[in-house]
Formats: sequence, C-alpha cells, structure tokens
Amino acid sequence: MSGHVSPPHRLAPSLLAVDDLRIAFGANEAVRGVSFDVREGETLAIVGESGSGKSVTALSIMSLLPSSARIANGSIRFEGREITGLDAREARKIRGASIGMIFQEPMTCLNPVMTVGDQIAEAVLQHQSISRKAAQARAIELLDLVRIPDPHRRAMDYPHQLSGGMRQRVMIAIAVACGPRLLIADEPTTALDVTIQSQVLDLIDRLRRELSMAVLLITHDLGIVGQWADRVVVMYAGRNVEQGEPGALFANPLHPYTLGLLTASPRLDDSYHYSDGPLNEIPGSIRSIAGERGCTFAPRCAYAGPGCRESIPPLLTLSDGRQVACPVLMQEEHRVASFNY
Amino acid sequence: MPPYNNAAALRSADAPTPHLPVSEVVVPLPRVTPFYPPSPAPQPVRWRTGRRVLAVFARNPLVLIGATILLLISMVGLLAPLLFPGDPLAIVGQPFLWPGADAAHPFGTDSLGRDLLAGIAHGASISLRVGIAATALGLLIGVSIGAIAGYFGGWTDAILSRLIEIFQTLPNFVMLVVIVAIAQPSVVTLSFAIAIVTWPGVARLSRAEFRSIRARDFVMAARSLGFGPARIILSEILPSALPPLIVTASMMVASAILMESALSFMGLGDPNVVSWGSMIGAGREYLRTAWYMCALPGFAIMLTVLALNLIGDALNEILNPRNNEGPR
Amino acid sequence: MSLLSITDLSTHFRLPNGALRALDGVSLDLHAGETLGIVGESGCGKSTLGKTILRLVEPTTGSIRFAGEDVTDVPARKLGSFRRRAQMVFQDPFASLNPRHSIRKILTDPLIVHRVGDRQSRARMVEDIVQRVGLDVTALDRYPHEFSGGQRQRIGIARALILEPDLVICDEPVSALDVSIQAQTLNLLSRMKADLNLSYIFISHDLSVVRYFTDRVLVMYLGRVVESAPTRQLWSTPRHPYTRALMASVPDPARRRQASPIKGDLPSPQDIPKGCRFHPRCPMATDLCAQVEPVLEASGSDHAVACHHA
Repeated sequence: MSGHVSPPHRLAPSLLAVDDLRIAFGANEAVRGVSFDVREGETLAIVGESGSGKSVTALSIMSLLPSSARIANGSIRFEGREITGLDAREARKIRGASIGMIFQEPMTCLNPVMTVGDQIAEAVLQHQSISRKAAQARAIELLDLVRIPDPHRRAMDYPHQLSGGMRQRVMIAIAVACGPRLLIADEPTTALDVTIQSQVLDLIDRLRRELSMAVLLITHDLGIVGQWADRVVVMYAGRNVEQGEPGALFANPLHPYTLGLLTASPRLDDSYHYSDGPLNEIPGSIRSIAGERGCTFAPRCAYAGPGCRESIPPLLTLSDGRQVACPVLMQEEHRVASFNY
Repeated sequence: MPPYNNAAALRSADAPTPHLPVSEVVVPLPRVTPFYPPSPAPQPVRWRTGRRVLAVFARNPLVLIGATILLLISMVGLLAPLLFPGDPLAIVGQPFLWPGADAAHPFGTDSLGRDLLAGIAHGASISLRVGIAATALGLLIGVSIGAIAGYFGGWTDAILSRLIEIFQTLPNFVMLVVIVAIAQPSVVTLSFAIAIVTWPGVARLSRAEFRSIRARDFVMAARSLGFGPARIILSEILPSALPPLIVTASMMVASAILMESALSFMGLGDPNVVSWGSMIGAGREYLRTAWYMCALPGFAIMLTVLALNLIGDALNEILNPRNNEGPR
Repeated sequence: MSLLSITDLSTHFRLPNGALRALDGVSLDLHAGETLGIVGESGCGKSTLGKTILRLVEPTTGSIRFAGEDVTDVPARKLGSFRRRAQMVFQDPFASLNPRHSIRKILTDPLIVHRVGDRQSRARMVEDIVQRVGLDVTALDRYPHEFSGGQRQRIGIARALILEPDLVICDEPVSALDVSIQAQTLNLLSRMKADLNLSYIFISHDLSVVRYFTDRVLVMYLGRVVESAPTRQLWSTPRHPYTRALMASVPDPARRRQASPIKGDLPSPQDIPKGCRFHPRCPMATDLCAQVEPVLEASGSDHAVACHHA
C-alpha cells in the first residue's frame, strides 16, 4: 500500500490519557466509561453517531461542560497531570494555551461584532503577555499560517464577510494561536461543502506536523477516519466499543457495531448499487437501549447472545494493540478474516 | 485492494462455513427488514402540559396568588347581581360613611350615600366585561390583519403594514376620547374604542410570527400538498403562533381595564353603570377628607392588573416553545 | 415519454444588493420509473431546482411539463392534480412536521384536501401507509417530538406517499440522519419506489449516497448543469473537471493523507464568474474559458458535458 507509513506513534509518549470517564446530566448518563489515550503527534479519531457521547467527552477534556453535567467518575490526565478537578482559573490556563478546540459551526463560535484579526489577537493576549501591536502582528502571521490569502486585509473583516471555509480557518488560527500540544476538532468539516472539507482537513494535518501537535478528531464520517487518522476509537451510547488502526479496523471489524457501520454506508469506491440489493441496516435506533445490565448495543445486534444482555462486555486488548468490547465476533474472527483477500 | 473496500466482501451474505467446533452456533450476516422495537408508551401531550402547568405554579407561588385573585374578582363580578341586588347607583344610606363604621355598608358610602361595596362588585363585572370584550375584538382584528400581511407578503403586506402604522401612530388616548365622544358612551362603544386603539400592536406581533413560521419546512410541505391559504393560515400556522399571542392577550386585558378606568374617571364612560373608574372620578373632590372613596376602587384596579400580569408571566413560561420541543 | 420535462428553467431572486441567480437555465428529462440524482455543493441551485419544479418557488423563465401538460404558469388554485402527483420529502426531519399536529392529522389532511375517500377509508389508508413505512399504528396518536429523527423522516415519507404520487422529489432526505439510520431510510425509499411505481429526483451533496441510489446523475455548479450521465458511466468516466474534483475531494482511505484539494472558495451565486463559471478554480482553464461560457453538449451516448476541454 503506497503512501501508508507505519506510524511511529505506537512508541510515542501518551499526551492525554482518559480512563473510565463517566459523565452524567442529572440522572442521564451520557458517557458510561470511556478509556483511550492520545499520543504525541498522532491523529486520534473518535467515531460515533448522535447520542454516542463523543462531543460530551471532548467538552469535558476542555472543562467546558455545562453546569448541569458532572464528571461522575474517571480521570483525564494531560501531560501526566490530572485535569478533571481543576478550579476555573487553572482550567482557563490550560484552555487555549495547551489544548485548543475547534467546533462544527464556525459562524456561531465567532463573535459577530469583532473583526477576525481582533479575535485572534485576543486569544493570543489571553495567554501571552505581549503588547497589543505584537498580538495583532501575530494574528496576521496566523492568518497566513492557515493559508488565508491577503491576510492584512482579511484581518479587518468581520465573520459574516467570510465564507464558511474561511471562518473555519479563522477558528483554527485562534485554536493554534498559542501553540497548543493538543488540538480537539469536534466535527470540524460537517457543516462544510466537500471540496472545502478536504482543504480544511489537509490544513489540520499540515499544522499537526508543522506545530508538533496531536489532534483529537471527532467525526461521524468513516472516510475521514480512514484518510486522516492514525488510530480510531469507535463509540456507541457512551462507551468505546472498538479501538485500533483504521486499516486493520476496516478490513476486519471485530465489533458488530463497527461492522454494521461499515456495511450500512454506501462508499464511493464501491460499485454497489440499489439495483443489486438493499444496504445492510442496523435495525432500531440508539433509543433502544438494553438498560443498565447488558451491552448497550445488544438490542440492535445481530450477533447478540444470551450473555450479552447479562453483563457489560469488558474491553479486551489484542496482541496488535487493538481493543474490542465484544466477545462474540472474536470467536467468529476466522470467518470474517477469510474475506480478506 | 485497499482494505476499506472489504465492505463489498463483508456484505455478501453467502458465508462459507467457518472452522468452528460443532457446538458453536453460527450466526450468518443478516439481511434485515426494518423493525422498530416497541418503545415504552409515551405520555400523551396533554398530560405533559398539565404537568408543566403544575411545575410552573410550584416554582412561582406568586402566580398562584395572581390566579386566585383573578378568580375571586371574576366570581364577585359574575355574582354581583345576586350578592348585591338592586341598582348600585341607588342611594342606600348616609353619605360619607367610613369603611367599617356600619356593618350594612362594610366599605362605606360615597358622597351621595351609595354603597361602595356594591359599586366595587358591579364595577368588577363592568371592568372585566370591557377588558375581555375589547381584547377579544382587538385580537380578532389584529391577528387577522397580521396573519394576512405576514402570510401573503408582497403588496398585500406593504399596504397592510402601512395601515398598521397609521393606526399605531395615532395617539391612543386622544383617539379613545374622540371615538367615545362621537358615539354615545356605553360599555359597547368603550370596548370598541379600546379595540381600535390596541389592535395595531397585536397585528405587528402576529405578522412577525406568521412571517417567521411561514418559512418553516412544514408550511412548505403543506403548500406542496396543495393546501389552500385559508387552511394553512388557520390550521398550520396559527396554532404555532398562538403562544406569544396568548401572553399578549392577558396583558391586553390589563391595559383595557386601565383605559376604561381612565375614561370613566374623566366622565366619558357609560353613565348608566358603576365602574371603578367612575367611582374614583366621583371621589376626586373629596380626596383629602374621604380618601377611601378613591383608594378602594383604585386598589381593586391595582389588584386586578397585578393578577393579570402575574398570570401573563406564568403563561409565558408554560407556553414557551422551547419547552414544547421535547428531547431530540 | 418522459414524466417530467424541464426546459431552460431559471429562478432569479431580486435582493437589495443585486440579483441572485439560483437557477440559470437548467433542462432535464425524467422518465417514469427512473431515479435521477442531482449533485452539487452550496449555491449550486439543486434545492431551488426541486422547489421550482413543484412551483413552491416561482420560476423566472423556462418551462415545466409534467405528464405532457405544461404546469409553468398554471395559477395556484388550479394546480390541484399536479400537486397530487408530484410530492416532496424534505431534509430536516425536525422542521418538516407541524409540531402541533398529531401524526394522524398530518397524514389525513392531504386526503381531506384532495377529497379522497370517506372517513373510514381515509382512516384505513392512513393506518396502511404508517405500517408500510415501518412504524406501529400506535404512532398515529402521538406527536412529532416523541419520535427520533429517523422515525420523523419515515413520517415525512409517509406523508409524501399517501396521495400515491408519480413523482417524488427527495431534497437531501438522509443528510440530517446518522449513518445507521441513513441505510434504513434509503432502503425504505427503494422499497416504496418498487411497490408504488414511483420516479424519484434525488437531491444530495453526498456523492456516495448518490452513486448507490440513482440511475442517472446531473452535476450542478452555480445554477447550471455541468455534466449529466448514467450513474455508472459518470463514475467510470467523469468528464468535467468539477466532477473530477468533487470525486477527488470525498474522503477516501485509499488516498491516505494525500489531499487533492481544489483551490479557491465556492463563489456566491450573487457573484457568478464570467465565462465558464468554474474557470477560476479549474486546473485546466484557458483564456477561452474565461470569456465564453460552455454549453451542455452531448459527448458519447447519453453523456453530456459543459466544458470546452472535456
């Protein structure tokens, strides 16, 4: 496979370690025990649909959870340091400076009455004590870094004067203004057109290399995962169900949910047509939850056995670094692997 | 072949038999037809609204007070002919009796010896009648004009908006006085006059609501299904436009009562009935000596308007559309 | 005989700061039983095309012929039979159902408006269609907010199909849904098409869904059609540079970490470039492209491209 470089990230130290994180909104548990780690310099993708808890997880890393949410259990360690119980001031020091975040809708995340140059400068001034002029110069540098043409003029534009792709670039510039070690991107391209999407994803990856950042990429698009991520975590209903490298995962999915996602989506490089037959569905919806006892995917799972509704399957680690929270397909592993030709 | 392309291979259901021990059950990759596992029976919407009303009352005890006051006043107004039979304008006792001085006239008497309690009771009926009638008429005119302007847009909207503006720029009180002076002052003409003065505000609100709701997908769906404008306005848009209109209605009743009181105070009200405003007007000259003649009806007005405001707040909370959407 | 025939359709909106040429001369033919895909990015006019065909937006010029009849200028009140035979499924499952109406009312109203059947037969038709789209009959007495996005979309499909139309325009019907629900919805649309002999116009920005679901595809850019071909042919031999750029931009694990992004931003439909609309971003643009707008010409059987250099 040309172009596929074996990532050295396996050996890179862990930058962010999330362990058994549980987040509840009142009585409702949005995240029920998620564990993963982001290594330095890599792109980790979190894949899930709505209701999987992926955005809530990202917000909790940034200590941006709404007041109605609380972290019921678990730890988040950034550069070895526990960041879940931090008070507001300590959390603010980390936010922006060490961890940056970009969101899905750039129009609602940018201040409509400030010029983009001022907004970037403000982000710089928040964490670095330099003069206002120096901050504005840095803002123009950053606009250039995110490949916005004519940065001097653009710095004086307001968000509504820019296109969607440009606004997203501005948000990226704000997020990387202070050289963070980790960039969290929550569905950064979902609201963009596909030709602009590829520009923005390319930019994020380039910045990752140039600024030696790690990227935590949250998305629902498996294609993006396959093209840009070093490792991927699949989340369902607040738990991580499978983890591994995208190539291995797509060739040999070991969790029924991952398998279902792959076969349910029509892929561009696949000439399957509706006249050939229907798409494989995952029946039901995320609302069909088994209750607290069993595997949350069991009601929709074609492979569910009696044990699946009794106890939550533990996350098993395989020899090649993959992790799966399902015992069933593992036994069938031989069968699935036989398609790998 | 790039590994991702295995989707095609994974999809084919004719799986070869795997090398598994015989005791294992082989589950083939299913070709499923959609099903919906029966979800738990949801609570019907009306029950939810009832719950929300109770929740609002529980959160804000003042609202309960407001509702109680309004209920009491309405009862008094409704039952006034029974509780205080006879003409409240009849002279029944000594003039200038203070409240509490005579058990037969608990609120005292006015300068001519008329019973103040009977006056207040009958006045309640008048005030509420005028308030509700004026509001109903104002809503009817305002919502209709606003709906038509908001739904049709274009020239219709341009013309109707100018009409709304004309009526809105006329000074309220002067208009009231002029209309009442031209027509014979009576409960009916008063209600009518107040409606003419208040409909522009409702029309603007209604127009804004109709314009914004008209842009929503479900209205476009109704148009694509061939629904006529009447059905769309009344059945599709109006129910969603109602909440702010209902809240406005409660405020309109309050301001209609105030307007009626002001007109009656000046002597432009219906001369054949007792109204709170006319009672205050009658007591105007005796403010320094028998100030209770103004204070008691004034207090009644204040209580009623306060109650209506509290209820308006509560309605706003109950009918807030964000609460209606429910979980996604 | 084509079910729907559109000639040179244009829809221009007059805005305070100039004209917005959302649709600028689009022609297409839809045959009965066909699924025609319309693909493009923001500003290409695909949504406006769908709405203009159904006369939800008034066209500025051009003509629409449905089942042999011209429906371009027919006044709204005489559009009854056209409305019955051509329907739309909307994108946003949360906005396309009236939150104050029960599902039963949402599905029965169209029957009442078009005077179909009597009370009992309507009730039966409503129960039938609700079960056909995979929901339980108890759903009829509930309200939209009690359902998930995928279920609401099913209700929207039921509403579009209850009058038994011939043509259904699907305006991004699965874009707002999760992947696992997308598959369910697409399968449902497929089944309904087979059961009820429908023809679809399928509007989407998602190329992979269009590839799966359609028989023919029109690629639109800034209000015009730039390429049109049967689906398999479009994917095997895309001729227009924009089509190729679109296909290259879709995330593909095979192109690991290699972006082939197309340069520049999407122009706004209020500011359409002179000459070929795509030339500022086209890798093959020449002087001719900057001056003369190419016409949609046939190139090969059933394949049309609007490019000077295709």
